Amino acid sequence: MSPPLARREFLRAAALCGAAGAVGGMASLSGCAVPDGGGDTTGMLRIGMAGGSTSDSLDPRTYVDWMPINIGYQLMNGLVEIDAEGRAVPELLESWEPEGDARVWTFKLRQGIVFHNGKSLTPEDVIYSINLHRGRTPSAAQAVVENIVELRKLDATRIQITLAGADAELPATLSDYRLLVVPDGFEDWAHPIGTGGYTLEVFEPGVRCITRKVGGYWKPNAAHVEAIQVLSIGDAIARTNALISGQVDVINRIDGRTADLMRRNPRFQVIRSQTGQYAVFAMNCEAEPYANADIRLALKYAIDRERLLKTVLNGYGTVGNDQPIPPNNPYFAKDLAAHTYDPDKARHHLRKAGRERLDVALDVSDAAFFGALDAAILYQGAAAEAGITLHVRRRPADGYWSAVWMQAPFCGSYSDGRTTVDGALAKAYKSTSASNETRWRRPEFDRLANLARGELDPARRRELYGVCQHMICDDGGALIPLFMDHIEAGSDKVRGWQPSAIYDLMGQRIGERVWLA
Amino acid sequence: MRGLIAARVGMGFLTLAVISALLFFATDCLPGDVAAALLGPQATPEALATIRASLRLGEPAGLRYVHWLAAVLHGDFGRSLATGRSVVAMLRPRFQNTLALAGLAAIVAVPLALGLGVAAAMRAGGRLDRAVSTLCLLTISVPEFFIGYLLILLFSVQLGWLPSLAVLHGGMSLAQRLGAITLPTITLVLVVLAHMVRMTRAAILSVMSAPYIEMALLKGLTRGSLVLRHALPNAAAPIIAVVALNLGYLVVGVVVVEVVFVYPGAGQLMVDAVGKRDLPLVQACGLAFAATYVGLNLVADIVAMLVNPRLRRA
Repeated sequence: MSPPLARREFLRAAALCGAAGAVGGMASLSGCAVPDGGGDTTGMLRIGMAGGSTSDSLDPRTYVDWMPINIGYQLMNGLVEIDAEGRAVPELLESWEPEGDARVWTFKLRQGIVFHNGKSLTPEDVIYSINLHRGRTPSAAQAVVENIVELRKLDATRIQITLAGADAELPATLSDYRLLVVPDGFEDWAHPIGTGGYTLEVFEPGVRCITRKVGGYWKPNAAHVEAIQVLSIGDAIARTNALISGQVDVINRIDGRTADLMRRNPRFQVIRSQTGQYAVFAMNCEAEPYANADIRLALKYAIDRERLLKTVLNGYGTVGNDQPIPPNNPYFAKDLAAHTYDPDKARHHLRKAGRERLDVALDVSDAAFFGALDAAILYQGAAAEAGITLHVRRRPADGYWSAVWMQAPFCGSYSDGRTTVDGALAKAYKSTSASNETRWRRPEFDRLANLARGELDPARRRELYGVCQHMICDDGGALIPLFMDHIEAGSDKVRGWQPSAIYDLMGQRIGERVWLA
Repeated sequence: MRGLIAARVGMGFLTLAVISALLFFATDCLPGDVAAALLGPQATPEALATIRASLRLGEPAGLRYVHWLAAVLHGDFGRSLATGRSVVAMLRPRFQNTLALAGLAAIVAVPLALGLGVAAAMRAGGRLDRAVSTLCLLTISVPEFFIGYLLILLFSVQLGWLPSLAVLHGGMSLAQRLGAITLPTITLVLVVLAHMVRMTRAAILSVMSAPYIEMALLKGLTRGSLVLRHALPNAAAPIIAVVALNLGYLVVGVVVVEVVFVYPGAGQLMVDAVGKRDLPLVQACGLAFAATYVGLNLVADIVAMLVNPRLRRA
């Protein structure tokens, strides 16, 4: 269903390498990791990651941070996988077909899949696993599957999904990291039973996890290493130290400055992924003075995005243009005029709003996104040139998402990249969304976005999504200054490691994909 | 004497009771609730309502405190809101780790501090005294995470002798465990050393100027027996108090060191719990820390009374 366009230009080199290896039928090429060359290794892959907490559980309904998600993908499989190009490819669901208008979909299950307890995968298991997130449930993935009205077993190998509103990209939607498959009726989340390449050996929440290879994993060229250890290392410097002193092979979430230093040392590799993760300063369009569209535009022209990119991210990112679709997405509207830093234009819009000067407060914390405080201070300086006095209010990181976000009329926030354009739009921009942080509500936008979601013709869909992006960019309350790359680093011994299309650490599936030299 | 000890123990329990109330109501005042913290910014109102209802967040705080205290007195600290696991089961291994690290640091730091303090006092103004003073000033002026990073830079990154991660787990031998926690132990020793050394030195010097010391000196006692037999017992009370305070600090104040060395101790557990608004866990950690402090001070008081008979009549 997805357009066969390469989403990530910088990935092309790696993809070409892979193709050459396959054509040549060689085990491996020097300096270029080929999946086919992934010899099984006896070693243990050691990952030191941020995103773990003492309160973690392996119940997919509770996944909000990366360490349990990474472990979840070692133990269990999802329904649909996202490949390196960002396309939805089969995982436990082998193939799919929409009926007519993309409101009813038929999915075929992969056959011959066996759970770690010896049970074979059936449609009941898949239906149970999806239903964990539907109806009265504590799952944060409820919003992802709320479009599903009916989930039905057709026969021993097929299920049918009926939607409330048509979704031409339902398979990509079903790639959500919380939609992992367990046996029908399964509840023992301390010891998850899945169909993944590894089984759980030790799990100490917020400390470490060890999984061991099952053997006979159904995915070809996957699950190479004998065991995987994930250590929770919250402190960025401690993570870097652990990598340098050789106690872990892979770390996630390093900043641009550290990445530049690591790249100078040939013992390490730095992997950079453009996943559509973005920073945002959100204005509440229902509060004064942000209810005035000219005030919003004035604020958008008063920020120096290039400088932010250089200073805050050390260049590891892309300039944003106040709408959530990144430039490397096939649906990106190329004809959008960039909101470049222009104090004169900002003043012009202020005057159109009937003001000479503007005095507003911006609430931030580094919990909002990495470097949010620095970004706000830089913004303050740039905005002063346009006659805008910005009071930067530093708020505590603890409790930021409940006490500041969605409360303060102008505050920092962020969003992960999404696998579908609809995912990005539905989360924060449709008027029905509970996390519409800008309270920008336009019925016409909702109508167009839903129309685009159900549109099976990619060209027509691109056109509709283009209009949606124009609306958010010109009129919306989200000031999106930057798309932020995910940067991770590791030992040069880790092979088969590629940038992620979504999230980091190869979409958190690094465990089953890499091997050790 | 017995009456005095009983009174102290009674005071200790009263202190704990007051702390329990403070803990409960202070944690109750934290902005945001566990439901929102658990689900993060992606929470839907329905999911929030489901969690809130299951946690009875609607009941009045006073009632919830009474229920909680009654359960705690029966040894039941409840279940973690975030994971549903028993709070005691979550806290026990982490608290043991904290005690192990603090204990090891104390075994090294206390004798070292007393020895250096006494030695410095015996040769006040001498070369050793000045060297010890300089070391103390250096370690006390530098934040503890910085000491940690310096040690990691030297011993892990440059020399490669010791691991920078102090992750402990069941399968490790004693030697591996000791190796893993060497750097955090050295860090903690350096952090608490100065306070104890300075206090020992100052307390002994102040006693040394007393008339009975002069008398003993005139009687012809050697300097060593003068300090150890006459000055030290009389200077013991303040030294014991400072040692107790520092031992307490080793248990409850080391979360920064835990973060730097990724040590799975109780401090990190409590920080995680606060971040997730996991109130039963926060309260249990708080009570455990408070009990450690109160208990150490109690022991210090009693030991001080034992070594110095004059305090028994207070």
